[in-house]
Amino acid sequence: MRRSLQFLLFIALNLIIVLLLPLHARNEQHAAARHDERLRSLHVTDLCLVTEARYSRHPAMADRHAAFQEHPLALEYFPSGSLITPPALLNTP
Amino acid sequence: MKRSIERHLNILDFALSSLKRRRAKNFSLLAIYLLVIFLPASLLFFVSALKREAAIILSDAPDLVVQRLIAGRQDLVPKIYAEVIAGISGVSEVRPRLWGYYFDSWNGANYTIMTSDDRSLKQGKASVGSGVARSRKMKVGSMFPLRAEAKAPLILEVESIFSSRSDLMASDMIVITPEDFQQLFNFPAGQVTDLAVTAGNARELPTIAAKIVSLYPDSRPILKSEMQRTYQAIFDWRSGMVMLILAATMLSFIIFAWDKATGLSAEERREIGILKSIGWETSDVLLLKFWEGAVISLTAFLVGVILAYFHVFFFSAPLFAQALKGWSVLYPRFQLVPVLDAYQLVVLFLFTVVPYTTAIIVPCWRAATTDPDTAMRS
Amino acid sequence: MIELVGVTKTFNSGRPHQFTALNSVTLVVRPEEITVFKGPSGSGKTSLLTMIGCMARPTSGRIFLKGVAAALPFQEEGVEAVEITSLPERFLTAIRRSTFGFIFQQFNLINGISVLENVMLPAYTTGEGVAHVKARALSLLEQFSIGRHAAQRVELLSGGELQRVAIARALINNPAIIIADEPTAHLDSKLSEEFMAIVAQLKSEGRSVLIASHDPLVFDSPLIDSLVEMRDGEVVSSRSFR
Repeated sequence: MRRSLQFLLFIALNLIIVLLLPLHARNEQHAAARHDERLRSLHVTDLCLVTEARYSRHPAMADRHAAFQEHPLALEYFPSGSLITPPALLNTP
Repeated sequence: MKRSIERHLNILDFALSSLKRRRAKNFSLLAIYLLVIFLPASLLFFVSALKREAAIILSDAPDLVVQRLIAGRQDLVPKIYAEVIAGISGVSEVRPRLWGYYFDSWNGANYTIMTSDDRSLKQGKASVGSGVARSRKMKVGSMFPLRAEAKAPLILEVESIFSSRSDLMASDMIVITPEDFQQLFNFPAGQVTDLAVTAGNARELPTIAAKIVSLYPDSRPILKSEMQRTYQAIFDWRSGMVMLILAATMLSFIIFAWDKATGLSAEERREIGILKSIGWETSDVLLLKFWEGAVISLTAFLVGVILAYFHVFFFSAPLFAQALKGWSVLYPRFQLVPVLDAYQLVVLFLFTVVPYTTAIIVPCWRAATTDPDTAMRS
Repeated sequence: MIELVGVTKTFNSGRPHQFTALNSVTLVVRPEEITVFKGPSGSGKTSLLTMIGCMARPTSGRIFLKGVAAALPFQEEGVEAVEITSLPERFLTAIRRSTFGFIFQQFNLINGISVLENVMLPAYTTGEGVAHVKARALSLLEQFSIGRHAAQRVELLSGGELQRVAIARALINNPAIIIADEPTAHLDSKLSEEFMAIVAQLKSEGRSVLIASHDPLVFDSPLIDSLVEMRDGEVVSSRSFR
C-alpha cells in the first residue's frame, strides 16, 4: 500500500479511538456506583486530595489563619500549598 | 475530483518521504510535540474528573457550616449555639459535628477523625479509609491503638474498610463513635467542632447566615455555595498547577513557531527551487509543506490525547498524583471516573495543531513564490 | 516553433551593478530540430533558455510558442500562437510542466529519495494516477538502461547514470520541447557521445531539443540542425544545417 494511504489509515484508526473515548467515559460514569451509605451520612465538605496540612485537607473549612499557624509572616513550607491555595474569595472573617 | 485526490495523495507521499529523509530531526520533533500535547491533555482530563468528584461529594455537603473564631483562630463551638440557631426561621435542622485531626507519629500520617451517629457503629469499633488501612497494614478485625489525651491509649477494632473507590472522600478517615472521640481527645463536654445546618429553602441561606453572625459575632458561617466556589477556584485554570503547565505549553509552542518562522535551511530552499523548476506550482509547494506539518501535528495530537487518557484513567495519573502528594504520607489512589467531552478536545486542537501547521507554512511562502530560475543558476 | 521578439533581460536595473544578460534578441527556433546555443559563459545562453522554458520573464520583449500541442485550458479557438511573456504564473507553470522538459547542468535531483521517485516527481501534481506514472517512469528508466537502479538513492549513482536519470525525469510528462543547459559539463567524451545519440533519438520521436553548450563535442556534432552563436547578450550568428 502506498505510504500516503498507510498514514491516512493510521490517522483514521487513531481518530476512531479518540472518538470512542467519550463513549467509554460515559459508560464508566454510569457504571460508577454511589458511595457507601455511612460515608454519605457524614456529609463531608472536602475531597481528600492532600493530607499534609489542615488547610490543604479541608480547604473549604480553612480559615485565613490556618496557613499562618507558626508566625504571622510564616512562609509556606508544604509543597501542596502552592497547588491548593486557600480560596481568595473568603468573604467572611 | 479524482485528480484532486490523486494530487493530494501524491504530494502526501512525497511529504512522508521528505520527513523520513530527516528521520532523526523529525522523530525528536514528534516526540517533543507529543509531550507538549500529552501534558495539558492529561491535566485537562485529571482536573475534569476531579471536578466531577467534587460536585458529587459536595452535593451531600451541609447547606451551612457554622464555625467559631476567637482572635481569628478556629475554636470549639458550644452546644448551646445549636439550640439557638435551630430556632432561626428557615432552619430545618442543626447537627453538631464532632471531628478533628489526629497525627500518628508512628508513620507520620495525618488522619481525619470523624464521628457518626449511625447506631450500627459500636463503641470500640472503627470504619477506616483504605489509605489508613494500607498505611497501617490493617484488615477487618485488626486492632490498633490511638494515643489518647488520657494516659491509656484508645484501642479500636477495624469493623469495615471503605472501598478504594471512595478514596477521594475518605482515604484518610477513621470513623468512630462520639464517645470514643471524646475519650480520644479529652474533648470538653458541651462543645463540638462545628455545626451543620440544613435550611428548608436554599435561597434563605444568606439571610440565615447573617442572622447567625448577628446572634453570635464570633461565629463564622460557611455557605455551601462558598464551599463549591473553593473547589472551582482550585481547579480553575488560573490557579497553581493548571497555570504552570499551561504556561509551559504555550512557551513550548512559541519556541516551535519561532524556530520555524526564522526561515528554512539552504537545503530546503534548494529543494523548493528544484520542485518549482520541474513544474510544481506555488500552491503545490505550500500543500507539501502543509502536509509535512499536518503529518507531525495530527499524529502528535491524536496519539498524545490517547496516551493522556490512558495515563489518567488507566494508570491513575502518576505524574500529577506525585505533585499533589507533597509530604503527605497518606494519599488517595486516583482511580478516577473518566470525563471527556468534545469541547475540551476542540480547544486543545485549536491551541496546538492549528498554530503549528500555520507556523510551518508561513516561512515557506517566500521561498515558494520566488522564480525557479534560481535553480538553474545554482 | 518558438519565436523571440526583442527580448531583453536586465538584472538589478537602476543599481550600480546593473547587468544586461540579453540585449534585444530576435530569433526563431524551428520545431522538431536540434538547436544548439554556443557561446562563452556570460553570453546569455542560460538566460535565454530560462525564459523560453517559462521559468523567468524578460525585462522587455515577447516570446511566442506556436503549434505547441499542449491542451492549454485557456487557449482560444483558432489562435495558434501563445504569448508566454504575458501569462500569469499559474498558466506559465502549466505550460512548463506539459510542454517542456529540463535537464540542468547540475542535474538538480533531490537527494535522499530514490531514482524512481525523482523521475516521477514532475508528474505528482498533475493528478494523474500513480500507477500510470510509475509504469511510465519505469519504462523510461529501462529505455536508458538504468532500470536496475530504480529503487536506489541518487547519491549512489555515477555521473553518467545521474545524467540519464535527469533525462528520464525531463521526459516523464512527455514534453514536446527538451531544454538542456551544459549537459556535457560533467561527462567524459564517451558519455558525451552517448548523450548526443540520445538527443538524436529524442528528435526522431518528434521532439524539439534546445541545448546551451560551450563544448565542441556538442556544437561541432554532425547531428545538430541549427547553431546559434551568442556573445555578450546578443546573437552573433545563426546557422541552419538543413
